[in-house]
Amino acid sequence: MAEKITLGHGSGGRLMHTLVTDVFLKHFGTEGPLTDSAVRCQEGVIFATTTDSYVVDPLFFPGGNIGKLAVCGTVNDIAVSGAVPQFLSAAFIIEEGLPFEVLEAVAGTMAEEARLAGVKIIAGDTKVVEKGKCDKIFITTSGTGWLKPGLEYISTGEKIKPDDKIIINGAVGDHALAVLCARNNFSFKAPVISDCASLNHLIRKIISGGIIPKFMRDITRGGLAAVLNELAEMTGSSINIDEEHVPVNEPVRGMCELLGFDPLYLANEGKFIAVVDPSDVSKVMEIMRNDELGKQSAVIGEITSGNKNIVTLITPAGGRRIIHMPSGIQLPRIC
Amino acid sequence: MKYIDEYRNKDLILKLAGHIKKSALAGYTFMEVCGGHTNAIHRFGIPSLLPENIRLLSGPGCPVCVTGKDFIDKVVSCSGMENVIIATFGDLVRVPGSYSSLEKERASGSDIRIVLSALEALDIARKNPDKRIVFPAIGFETTAPGTAVTILNARKEGTDNFSVISSHKIMPPAMEAIIKDGTSIDGFICPGHVSVITGSHIYDFIAGKYNIACVIAGFEPVDLMQAVLMLVNQVNSRKPAVEIQYNRAVTHNGNDLAKEYMQSVFEPCDARWRGLGMIPGSGLRLRKEFGNFDAERILAPVSSLTDDDGQCICGDILRGIKTPADCPLFGTSCTPDNPEGACMVSGEGACNTWFKYKING
Amino acid sequence: MCLSVPARIIEVKGDMADVSVGGTIFRAGVQMIKNPRPGEYVLLHAGFAIERISEEDALETLRIIEEIKEAGSS
Repeated sequence: MAEKITLGHGSGGRLMHTLVTDVFLKHFGTEGPLTDSAVRCQEGVIFATTTDSYVVDPLFFPGGNIGKLAVCGTVNDIAVSGAVPQFLSAAFIIEEGLPFEVLEAVAGTMAEEARLAGVKIIAGDTKVVEKGKCDKIFITTSGTGWLKPGLEYISTGEKIKPDDKIIINGAVGDHALAVLCARNNFSFKAPVISDCASLNHLIRKIISGGIIPKFMRDITRGGLAAVLNELAEMTGSSINIDEEHVPVNEPVRGMCELLGFDPLYLANEGKFIAVVDPSDVSKVMEIMRNDELGKQSAVIGEITSGNKNIVTLITPAGGRRIIHMPSGIQLPRIC
Repeated sequence: MKYIDEYRNKDLILKLAGHIKKSALAGYTFMEVCGGHTNAIHRFGIPSLLPENIRLLSGPGCPVCVTGKDFIDKVVSCSGMENVIIATFGDLVRVPGSYSSLEKERASGSDIRIVLSALEALDIARKNPDKRIVFPAIGFETTAPGTAVTILNARKEGTDNFSVISSHKIMPPAMEAIIKDGTSIDGFICPGHVSVITGSHIYDFIAGKYNIACVIAGFEPVDLMQAVLMLVNQVNSRKPAVEIQYNRAVTHNGNDLAKEYMQSVFEPCDARWRGLGMIPGSGLRLRKEFGNFDAERILAPVSSLTDDDGQCICGDILRGIKTPADCPLFGTSCTPDNPEGACMVSGEGACNTWFKYKING
Repeated sequence: MCLSVPARIIEVKGDMADVSVGGTIFRAGVQMIKNPRPGEYVLLHAGFAIERISEEDALETLRIIEEIKEAGSS
């Protein structure tokens, strides 16, 4: 194992998985599959709980800021388990010298996003460290929601079977590009805003529309490739994805062609995949496409009965290749 | 997107695949010598569209991969000096040198920044007049003219703290070295963007002297499939020539302006290629009159003299005599997360590409 | 390393130009292009336009392939 932590260890890919397994799980003894939120039952009550830290650089970018990410990201982790997000806590580590107006802007955004998502921020903590000991502000949010009995399988995907279809609610890569542009280090501008959004209302519409997805996960660091590989590994499935059906907005395509990025590996903050029974596809697509956050929804692939734990991509040329778990080389501090 | 989507037309691709299958009556070995081609071929799954009797080899076309450890050592050495900012292409950051890499040095506090262009490095120099900016200039003839333009700009505006450490290389001597090395090749898929600058005539000696088919190809699936068909036809007709498939960007003569810039700032020199050793006249160094932009002259960085690569066989892979799967380290101790050699670091490297895209059993 | 992609010239400003790659605007050096004009397509590589793309030749490539007689026919 490496001697020192590198940026790769925090980027949501293979390296980070190794760190989590070899250090945290080893010591904490946490059982069960690694899902977006932990679903547990205590005294007959089923709840989902999650925690996430936000270190995005820069703090403000087209479509949002670190505060918006901190609320949406945690709301989404709860929502994709099928639970209804209820409460958040928010802990702040602030660098000495940060202007109050920045903190006000961030807090104001968090309040607004919480209101839109229908969650309450009920606990928090504040630390201030000396200048140079953290970069402006880091935020950690934890969230809790209640899950109806019988929905626990949504997080683990244990009911998935061959022919089930994989649906995404829109285009990938917008968040990564918006943040890259805002960094101003590079000489390019893209007409893109982050897709950062709370997905719980859309997910609720699907469930109250009578469809219980067999699996859901939101797509953040490591991109679609990470989520698909996690799904394949967790369930022992084989997955086929049709590259031409994965929505990618043109500015993101252009950036990827030039910089050699693969849109499947770029970070998002308002996208999730749902795995559904083939008979449910048209109903789910109708519900999703009628929602603001699902207008570009698409069926991107399916579970197959091929090589287990493998995600295969059918390329625009009709060729085939494997999509691997992302390695450590991702854009740092993208969320 | 224009000039991209049309060349991903499935009908045309299938048509070309059918023709290749009908025409490929013997066994064929074609080598590409361009990192962009390595990437495109595997990204689009081209091998899965070709019949089994056509073998595609990857040669020394990835500018990062062919950069020796000594160059990395020198850049690392510069990074440790006071008041130096390294402004580098992203790929170089993770390449291991003899004892360290730019990534490791950055973790230890060196000022190492990623740029997309030499012009961005020059901009950093303007904004940091009290620092010395070092731009490690890697790349072939496609990239060298840009470095040349930037140096001329720096001279014109008097940005004297901008400097370059050159590892630019040129293709034809390396292609000849591969041929002389004895690798059996029926045809070259010639580099598309190098040829945009140089023109197609630089490969005339390959067809003329060595009777090896040459087709300069673009980077989209239609381009690559058409180029393979053209190579098969050349081999079948026993009339090796230099043909341009990528005619929307490549001409016989190339880009005169770009060549003028390149030649006014750089001159040929001997260069060490990872895996191929020293190849006379295959590198580009700054002409004497640009000495005050030459980071090697100004900073005198040190490098290790060891050529020991341990078990890494990047050299053999770059010569096309072994594949990544032949390397004992591939996928075990050498992965994109933990690369041993340059071929695994660079997105255009054979090992990285195989790891990313290879179909498993 | 940066690859090369087709980019459309939006505006020329001296020896630099704003070029669009699918809507993302990059600043590129156009020192290697004679008389660059808005609307033209160039190949963008490592911050420079390295050559014009010929529309005529681009269409020719596609036409040649389309016209290849179907495999097996005379």
